[in-house]
Amino acid sequence: MSQAEMTMHGHPPAGAMAEPTFSVPAKKMAMWLFIIADTATFAGCLVAYGFIRNATPDWPRPFHSITNVALMTLILLSSSLTMMIGIRSAQRADKSGAFRWTMITAVLGVLFAVLHLREWMGMIAEGATLFHNPWGTPLFSSAFFSITGLHLLHVTGGVVALIAVGIRYQGGRYKADDLEITGLYWHFVDLVWMFVVPLVYLMNLSH
Amino acid sequence: MASTETHNSSGIGRDIAIYVCLLVLAGIQFVIAYQNISPSQMLTRMLAVAIIEGAVALLFFMHLSENRGLMLFVVIFTVAVILGMQYGWTDSYRVLYGVPWAR
Repeated sequence: MSQAEMTMHGHPPAGAMAEPTFSVPAKKMAMWLFIIADTATFAGCLVAYGFIRNATPDWPRPFHSITNVALMTLILLSSSLTMMIGIRSAQRADKSGAFRWTMITAVLGVLFAVLHLREWMGMIAEGATLFHNPWGTPLFSSAFFSITGLHLLHVTGGVVALIAVGIRYQGGRYKADDLEITGLYWHFVDLVWMFVVPLVYLMNLSH
Repeated sequence: MASTETHNSSGIGRDIAIYVCLLVLAGIQFVIAYQNISPSQMLTRMLAVAIIEGAVALLFFMHLSENRGLMLFVVIFTVAVILGMQYGWTDSYRVLYGVPWAR
């Protein structure tokens, strides 16, 4: 079909490939849209938390040490680096390297989740639950467990995705692009943690 | 092939530099937490550092810097959604203080 015919009919011929949005493959674009939606979810939770914290007198400050949260931050940031190395290995067709670094990322994710659960258990042992807070307003516990729980759910989902995509990439069913898209999600989980740490942990540090 | 390997090794070098940068920024947040300042000042400083941290991760780890169109779309769309939510949140104070049993 000529240019003139196209103009006359007002649409490209059937079967012609349209230019992908922002020159990004459809799968990657879908992940970006998911990330935007998830950003709104976390932003909603964190902003609501901020308003509740400001509006509540005598907001508790139960955290005495930064060791655990600092270690968790170090692990999550390191996992983003290992993910990047894995993706770069995949881009140069180094399958075993990509698989190894992806699995290291997943192990770091598991380690993060274990430390997180350990912290939760410590707080639950002190009497904090979703509806009860031994240090004052129950809103603190509700907000803390909801926000960190939502993030932990994302980490857990990310670990499962990393293992599944890593194994399928190793087996030749998935390509380097698929690993990169999973990496995008993992970096997002890391990015959210950068906001959770100051708002939920460091602002509630007892001096 | 050699140029690809050079590109990849320099890429990993850049990734490590960004990782160190993120670690330093995270460290700054922890330092701010121990400063003797008001909660609002602390919140402002920590959020500023977190936004820089997030921007670095978005631009370099998530490669948003390589696609200007996508970057504008993601940033404008996300900021618009978050700002839109602020309209509702501030109104929610009315619910907190406006109900008959609030006082």
